[in-house]
Amino acid sequence: MEITLAHYLFVAAALFTIGAFGIFANAKNVIIILMSIELILLSVNINLVAFSAFLQNLEGQVFAMLVLTVAAAEAAVGLAILVTYFRNRGGIAVEDINQMRG
Amino acid sequence: MLAAIAFYVLAAIAIVSAFAVIAARNPVHSVLFLILTFFTSAGLFVLLGAEFLAMLLVVVYVGAVAVLFLFVVMMLDVDFAELKQGFLSYMPIGALIAVALLAELLLVSSAATSADGAPIALRPDGSADVTNAEAIGRVLYTDYLLVFQLAGLVLFVAMVGAIVLTLRHRPGVKKQDIAAQVGRRRSEAVELKDVRPGQGLG
Repeated sequence: MEITLAHYLFVAAALFTIGAFGIFANAKNVIIILMSIELILLSVNINLVAFSAFLQNLEGQVFAMLVLTVAAAEAAVGLAILVTYFRNRGGIAVEDINQMRG
Repeated sequence: MLAAIAFYVLAAIAIVSAFAVIAARNPVHSVLFLILTFFTSAGLFVLLGAEFLAMLLVVVYVGAVAVLFLFVVMMLDVDFAELKQGFLSYMPIGALIAVALLAELLLVSSAATSADGAPIALRPDGSADVTNAEAIGRVLYTDYLLVFQLAGLVLFVAMVGAIVLTLRHRPGVKKQDIAAQVGRRRSEAVELKDVRPGQGLG
């Protein structure tokens, strides 16, 4: 009944898979895609913290903080791009975002 | 025993609410389920003994990122029902990739835990007199000072980028112009009139 590292890795793997699946399932909605990326980064954080706790090494938690920072910055910039795109085009459908295609 | 029950409850809630994030019909519900996922993950961090990171997760995600998502979802006037139309068209390939990914991740994690034959179990921490936040601070501000500075730089660049992207100057909007206010002179603002009794200004 003891909780081992594998339990935490399983939770992280499930969250990662749900996040990756969400990108495909909601391929038209940019907001849900951004949330799926947040889920993926959260699963990475769970992995880092789990290894850090079970191996008695604090460096994993330091890098989990770095991942947290990058995730927050990514969400802010992504949503800013989304707002600008919505202002210019009046919609956020992903298949319309092909102006920069070469 | 209690920790095991807490782990299973938190993990189940986290996985179910994560699935609800991508399956919810209303994006506002998605954001709320995302908040629930982050809360339960913070609970898992507390179980692992990483209290500082758990509180950081609650503050950063629930306090900032989720509110940001909520603002954008409510601010943009988007027909989300129309965006939900293609939910089934990408389902087969998405499910295929998800199953392959999950199988690979589980294989790797099971191999990683049984490398020396025995599963890695949580060992009791020898230095119980140092709190988690203090231990992280001792490492973060010495060995990983450059990483810490880099995180600050990333946040700075993101802040500047978000402002540059969303700031716009619209013509015809009335704004406060402090230089014009301060530079105003009495001669152009006030005019003295000699009003005779009973006649008014006419």
